[in-house]
Order: sequence, then C-alpha cells, then structure tokens
Amino acid sequence: MAAAGTEKSLKVDIWRGDDDGYYQSFTVPHETSQTILDVVTYVQRKLDATLSYRFACRVGMCGSCAMTVNGRPRWTCRTHVDSVAEDGYIKIDPLRNFPRVKDLAVDMTVFFDKWRDAKARFVPSEADLDGFAQVDPDSRERKEASAAIECIGCGICYAACDLVSWNPDYLGPAALNRAWTLVNDVRDADPNGHLKAVAGDAGCHACHSQQGCTSHCPKSLSPTASIAGLKRKSFAALLKGAL
Amino acid sequence: MSGRLELWLFVLQRLSAMVLAPLVLIHLVTMIYAVQGGLSAAEILSRTQANAIWPVLYGLFIVAVAIHGAIGLRSILREMTPLRDKGAGAVAVAFCALVLILGYRAVGAIA
Repeated sequence: MAAAGTEKSLKVDIWRGDDDGYYQSFTVPHETSQTILDVVTYVQRKLDATLSYRFACRVGMCGSCAMTVNGRPRWTCRTHVDSVAEDGYIKIDPLRNFPRVKDLAVDMTVFFDKWRDAKARFVPSEADLDGFAQVDPDSRERKEASAAIECIGCGICYAACDLVSWNPDYLGPAALNRAWTLVNDVRDADPNGHLKAVAGDAGCHACHSQQGCTSHCPKSLSPTASIAGLKRKSFAALLKGAL
Repeated sequence: MSGRLELWLFVLQRLSAMVLAPLVLIHLVTMIYAVQGGLSAAEILSRTQANAIWPVLYGLFIVAVAIHGAIGLRSILREMTPLRDKGAGAVAVAFCALVLILGYRAVGAIA
C-alpha cells in the first residue's frame, strides 16, 4: 500500500466500544494527500475488520463521516492527515454530545429529532399552487437564507457546542440554523410558527454566542449569526404581538 | 417554561446592558478622578449630596445591575448546577432583591 519514498508511518489511537471503551493503537502507513477517512478505512480493511465507522460520499457532501480528530470535531473525508497529525500521531474519537453506538459510530437520532422539534421544515402556502414564487436574489431575506443554506447535517456544530453538553435539551446550532433559513424564506406560510418553536428556554435565547459551531463548521457557515438573527426576529415578533 | 418568558428575559437583559454600559464607564471615570484628585470621603459625600444627579444615576445603575445580574445568574445556575427552572428562578429573584436592598441602602447614604 505504501508508495515508494513514503516510509513514514502514523501512530493512530482509535476509540473502541461504546461509553465503556478503550483506545486501540494502530500503525498506518503515511501517504501523500491522505485523509483521516483514508486512515480509518485502512485500519478497517487491512488491520481490524471489526472497526465500526460511518461514511458515504467521501467528497464532503453527505455529512456522515464526522469524527473527533485530535480533540476537534472534523469531517474526516476532507481533513488531510498532514494538517492535523501531531508528530505523526492521530487520536480518533466518536463525535462528542452524541450517544455512542460502537467505536466511531454515534446515534444521530437526537440530533435530527431536534430539527423536528425546532419546526425546521418548510410550510407551504396555498398561493404556491398558482405558479412559481418570485424571489429576488438581491433581497435581504434571500441573502440571509443563502448564507445559511448549505448545511450538510454532519453534526460537527452539535459536537462542538458547549451549550449542548450543559443542557441536553438545547436544540443546537444546526436545527436553529435551518429554522433561520425558513424564517427568511418568503414562500414559507408560517414564519412566526418557526420563531415560536425556537424561542423557548432550550432554543435560540440559550445560545451564549461562544461560536464553537461557527469555528468548526466544515462548510464555513455561521450558525451563531443565524441564531442571533432568530433572537432579533423573535424580539420584533414579540413587539408586534405575534408571539 | 414558556418561550415568551425567555424572550422577555432576553429583552430585559439586553436593555439593562445598554443602560449599564455608559453607567459603568461614568462610575469608573468618576472613581479614578476622585481618587487621583485626593478627595477625602467627607469631600466626596458633600459633592454627591449637593447634586441630585448622583443618587439618580446610581439608583438607575442598581436597577440595571439587579436585573442584568439576576438573569445572568439564572442562566449560569441552570447550565452549571442541578437547579432547573423553579430553583434557579427563585435564587435569581432572591439575588435581585438583595442587590436592590443593599444598593438602595448605599444610595440612601450618599443622597
């Protein structure tokens, strides 16, 4: 597997088991342009076939391969070994703030349940049946929505958020970010319904603006800005008596 | 707990912060000026008693501190201790009352 001239090897510690687990050490050949997902896949294919982990697209679209790499949550398919290895050492854990299933696979149920709880889904209006909605690409709402829309649902922001670790009911950056795109969607029939769902004590007002989500988001989104927007809009709705 | 309560607490905390920001600056500048100028306690007291602006400013300061501090304390208690809505709320209200009582005793003394 190792190409000529790449005799260097990596020492890799990988979490095995669920909460009561342990680190298992592996030695993996170092390659050019190698990603963390390549390392995990090498271990599973060549060294220990019982290693469990999750991935699908391998190109940063699906959001399924997120893991904790040397203490930080990252999308492993787009994270180069050379950018994160510390003297040839890599430690890989499952994502923080999620129940551990086995090895590097976590249970994402709670994460997506919170998207539902945040009413983070589009509410169509009758008017849409008459034809295409005209949305001005230069309008403020469209720009706000565009800035937040590219979320791939990887759960990295949720793992990076200290507030989630303190308050397990907190809806989390991804669900609130999605709600913000819908509040700015002029086609959505119930913007105040979205605001109501996120204005609770486990919603947008719980955010401390620490920006763990924003500094770790692999798509360079700013859930912090989206949450601040939700705070502004819900305040305006309160003044108008809409909440 | 209802979303409306959280929203109002958020609004109150932001509004009290807007009041606090200039008042903290005025407080610090005044304190440094008084100390640098070598004013004695009696001299400071005679000046605060001569002008109604000081009791009014500090009266406002205390209201803002009591509101802002209590809401912040409630958040910290809910996140960092086993206390939840009611327990944290009760401690926050007690803290607010304590700040108001101690604060207005002090304002009464300089007025």
